[in-house]
Amino acid sequence: MEKTTIDLWVGIFVAMGFAALLGLAMKVGNLTTTNIGETYMVTANFENIGGLKPRAPIKSAGVVVGRVEGIKLDPKTYEAVVSLNIDKRFSFPKDTFANIYTAGLLGEQYVGLEAGGDENSLKNGDKIIQTQDAVVLEKLISQFLYSKATENDDKPANTAATSTETGADALDASPLDKIGK
Amino acid sequence: MRKIERLLKNLGAGFINKMWRFGAGARLFGLTLVSSGESFRRFRLTIREVYFTGVLSLIIILVSAFFVGMVLALQGYHTLQKYGSSEAIGVLVALALVRELGPVVTALLFAGRAGTAITAEIGLMKATEQLSAMEMMAVSPIARVIAPRFWAGVIAMPILATLFTMMGILGGYMVAVPLIGVDAGSFWSQMQANVDWEYDILNGVFKSLVFGVACTMIALFEGYDAPPTAEGVSRATTRTVVTSSLAVLALDFILTAFMLG
Amino acid sequence: MAQSIVEIKDLSFGYKGKLLHHGINMTFPKGKVIAIMGGSGSGKTTLLRLIGGQLKPTKGEVQVSGEIVHKQDRDGIYRLRRKMGMLFQHGALFTDLSVFENVAFPIREHTDLPESMIRDLVLMKLNAVGLRGAHALRPTELSGGMARRVALARAIALDPSIIMYDEPFAGLDPISMAVICDLIRSLNDALGATSIIVTHDVEETFQFADYVYFVANGVVAAEGTPEDLRKSEMPFVHQFVHGEKDGPVPFHYAAPEYHASLLRGAR
Repeated sequence: MEKTTIDLWVGIFVAMGFAALLGLAMKVGNLTTTNIGETYMVTANFENIGGLKPRAPIKSAGVVVGRVEGIKLDPKTYEAVVSLNIDKRFSFPKDTFANIYTAGLLGEQYVGLEAGGDENSLKNGDKIIQTQDAVVLEKLISQFLYSKATENDDKPANTAATSTETGADALDASPLDKIGK
Repeated sequence: MRKIERLLKNLGAGFINKMWRFGAGARLFGLTLVSSGESFRRFRLTIREVYFTGVLSLIIILVSAFFVGMVLALQGYHTLQKYGSSEAIGVLVALALVRELGPVVTALLFAGRAGTAITAEIGLMKATEQLSAMEMMAVSPIARVIAPRFWAGVIAMPILATLFTMMGILGGYMVAVPLIGVDAGSFWSQMQANVDWEYDILNGVFKSLVFGVACTMIALFEGYDAPPTAEGVSRATTRTVVTSSLAVLALDFILTAFMLG
Repeated sequence: MAQSIVEIKDLSFGYKGKLLHHGINMTFPKGKVIAIMGGSGSGKTTLLRLIGGQLKPTKGEVQVSGEIVHKQDRDGIYRLRRKMGMLFQHGALFTDLSVFENVAFPIREHTDLPESMIRDLVLMKLNAVGLRGAHALRPTELSGGMARRVALARAIALDPSIIMYDEPFAGLDPISMAVICDLIRSLNDALGATSIIVTHDVEETFQFADYVYFVANGVVAAEGTPEDLRKSEMPFVHQFVHGEKDGPVPFHYAAPEYHASLLRGAR
């Protein structure tokens, strides 16, 4: 009968839809890698988070162990409070070190955890005390230039001037321009 | 002076007419939701419509998706290769499809394939007094004709969009791996590392659900509101495609802004 | 006169302030076949829609078995409509359903009968219109006359007490016309129903109608049994019954004087 073929086709259609969704979840998405399993949340304060964004990965020894849940500014200390969602399967000692790294020279930023030696491990709601801020490229360059300039103080004045000039050029060339080239 | 006056008058009348139609459409949407009981109690009515809107759109969706995926991979490869990151092609294809092209292109194709069919069918039912006849038999056309088609569209659209995305990624794979020679392992692993289940995939499905509601409702309203003549029905069919496409693109912008923000 | 099932009292109706009917009174007694006749565009079909509650009167009221139609809520109107069957001008069969399913439609919608009983009922109704053999066909495969008969079977599927016909003879060949004429009368008597026929086919209607209303210019211009009307000397009725091209209903649409418009030049 006609009706049963329609039912059959609709059944196949819906099954295909679910199969495709499952395929997306397993083969394309990261459902299998990070989102399965429960998590616990800890916070960490940074003076500067650079370009860190919510949902950025948290890695330990290069392995993704969680995601950044949210970023707030503490109105009293003017520090950034970053909440970290970490997979329950991985427990870290209390004195774990949290750093903000950049993947590659200009890639996205992530939080790196370096396990310490404490016997107690971090629990839900704990705070990571030892943190290191993001490296801000402009700061790094100006520090570098400053030290260069002081180094060259004893040398003739005109060389110092040329070195600052080249430094200014380097600063003008923003990272985006470099990509363009 | 007279010309300007007439222009302003026409503009005003056009605007009022648009608003009136928008309101009438919203009213029909409300009525459809209220009288949806029938389409669930007798689910076979809805299944039948899923067949007409979903299954019959399958071929065009799958074939288009395959080509879209292949083109994406080709285009992406040429650009990415300049930066020596051609393995990222999997990410590019997957993200473009999951977030945008999957839901949007599916909705546009759906409006052209299923939307027009719905409008023409309802318009013809109206023109041949079938809806009136139903009314006179004490059967509400909204419960019996409109609601099952509405829910069928809402069910079919996310399924079609998901299939589109999957097929598009397959098309991209076909070009990237066997044709260009990108490593299959890094194609998939880069994709997995950068496509998020919740933020990318589920948001994409949500988008297609919203598009499903919009496209189906527009098609139903245009059919239900069509003047009961051959000309009226043909114009309504055209309007369905135009309105649905605009609505999909505008909604896409709004939804994307919310999702990224 | 026997107890009336439908009554139209002082009914006025119009769109956008332009009245189509001014104060119409009609009575439809039980068991009779009553025709409403009039020229094209005189609002006959609108009267059927008013009886069915698809339109609301501007003034006056329509009563169906003692209840005022436009004062009912949706459920009330639907309850009244279950007593009515309507045959639309072109049948209005559901094109996506087979002939069988078309006739089964109102039964399935309003009853919970088992499938075997629905089958028997549908075949009975189709047999009554002589199309039992066509139950598997699609509506698109039927001729105009056959489609009309299937629609009639569908209209009587739930044994209504009022059957309304909207232009049942329009566009039919003489044989189909004779068949429909015969069916209207025999179904009416077999079901003990009341039939209301909207038409402009004088000859066919006069053969079987019990009573005829003439509608013109928004009022009931004449009424009576077919015999009375045939003999009537009222100019309008005479023109209509005998199909004369000029009379109270003029050949020319209202226009300014011919001579004057020619001299002024057409605009």
